[in-house]
Amino acid sequence: MVKVPVAVRVNGRLYEREVEPRLLLVHFLRDLDGLTGTKVGCDTSQCGSCTVLLDGMTVKSCTCLAVQADGAAITTIEGLAAENGALHPLQEAFWNQHGLQCGFCTPGMIFAAHEILRTSPDPSDEEIRHGLEGNLCRCTGYQNIVRSVRAAADAMQEGEG
Amino acid sequence: MFAPQFGYHRASSVAEAGELLRSNPGAKLLAGGHSLIPVLKLRLAAPPALIDIGRLAELRGIAVDGGSLRLGALTTHAELAASPELQRHAPALAQAASVIGDPAVRNRGTIGGNVAHADPASDLPTVLVALGAAFEIAGAGGERTVPAAEFFQGMMATALGDGDLLTAVVLPARPPGQGQAYVKFAHPASRYAVIGVAAALTVSDGACTAAAVAVGGLVPVPLRAPSVEGALAGGPVAADALAAAADRVAADLGDDLIGDVFASAEYRRAVAAVWVRRALEAAAQAA
Ligand SMILES: Cc1cc2nc3c(=O)[nH]c(=O)nc-3n(C[C@H](O)[C@H](O)[C@H](O)COP(=O)(O)OP(=O)(O)OC[C@H]3O[C@@H](n4cnc5c(N)ncnc54)[C@H](O)[C@@H]3O)c2cc1C
Ligand code: FES
Ligand code: FES
Repeated sequence: MVKVPVAVRVNGRLYEREVEPRLLLVHFLRDLDGLTGTKVGCDTSQCGSCTVLLDGMTVKSCTCLAVQADGAAITTIEGLAAENGALHPLQEAFWNQHGLQCGFCTPGMIFAAHEILRTSPDPSDEEIRHGLEGNLCRCTGYQNIVRSVRAAADAMQEGEG
Repeated sequence: MFAPQFGYHRASSVAEAGELLRSNPGAKLLAGGHSLIPVLKLRLAAPPALIDIGRLAELRGIAVDGGSLRLGALTTHAELAASPELQRHAPALAQAASVIGDPAVRNRGTIGGNVAHADPASDLPTVLVALGAAFEIAGAGGERTVPAAEFFQGMMATALGDGDLLTAVVLPARPPGQGQAYVKFAHPASRYAVIGVAAALTVSDGACTAAAVAVGGLVPVPLRAPSVEGALAGGPVAADALAAAADRVAADLGDDLIGDVFASAEYRRAVAAVWVRRALEAAAQAA
């Protein structure tokens, strides 16, 4: 099958590749440059562990073709912290509030949380739970994840205020 | 999971997409990919090529023109849910879009792909049947408009033929005094509709002057519920009257009900009236 050229900016760096049209974005990212923070859980768009940002908005990268991301800017979990290594408030909050145990769901959870705060900077617990509906965690029981999102929202609003 | 191999073409206009469809027999259009990519990964289809229409700006956006709304086929579920125009003029559609899947699904999935795929468990078709929407289609023979009642023809079957591209969905803006609602019994894992009910009730001086009700999820194609609508028309919108009208849905469901390991056809038939009642109550409240 004829390969297709794509140019994708990942965590600020431009990657130009020739890809099979059927290549999924998640495999493109994981095989690119050691960026294996993005996980494949269900591979059927249910669990959210493959969630990344595409031009600032969440996408489940197991349900997106690499060719669809041509020209886009992707952020994976490796690119969320500041360049000097300072953690993003969401990463800080998941750490401090014990929002993870094994950590498998965490990259996806953090981007789902990022999407909640992008669309609603001061969400209610109900909005947080509605916003996490596409992400599954087998360990935490979700309570601490909701708490983490709440804490990050507070920290980010304080940061602005 | 890897999809079978396919060729890839990116259309730069609706006209070019049409030409690509005609020069690549068997090719499929790719919009958000949130129904098509899962189908390809499960190898339920193996089209020789995909024609990506995802970047066509001419197919995007919501326009209000007098008494009607025009929604470009590529408008995403997230855009529908967040649109103040839609919340005002077609609130049931905004509500339905806001409970599709999850936020990442709503960021990618489009109204055009949703209705073209015509999954019986989808949310938008039920609302579009209740609100009397119409579908604008560009095909080899030119453009045509098909009403919702004729567009949805069976499980995953629509009026779209080979070479057809859906460009927009048109629907009437909510008239004064009309309350709308969409309620859904969501499958706990997939969030798809086990049962979905859309209702639009026009209320004047405590009486229902017009009613449109459609049910989906439990039937192959979303259905209007004429028995429920008939029982409502001219009557009061008090709780007992709404409940009595909702019970009439049994007469509208027909024999062809969907059942699966999660919810049998018998179960869905038994609880349908409950979801219809909830939709009627919410619509009456909003009127
Ligand atoms: C995890 C998950 C949960 C979901 N939950 C729900 C839910 O709760 N409720 C719900 O309603 N849906 C749900 N969906 C489906 C979702 O709404 C899809 O986005 C939608 O059904 C398809 O839209 P799309 O733009 O992604 O279309 P695509 O997948 O790109 O295309 C779907 C089909 O439509 C055709 N097509 C696309 N656009 C056009 C066009 N303009 N003209 C002609 N044909 C076209 C394609 O060729 C293809 O056959 C879910 C999907 C996922 C992955
Ligand atoms: S791996 Fe993509 S949603 Fe589960
Ligand atoms: S922390 Fe283990 S899956 Fe969520």
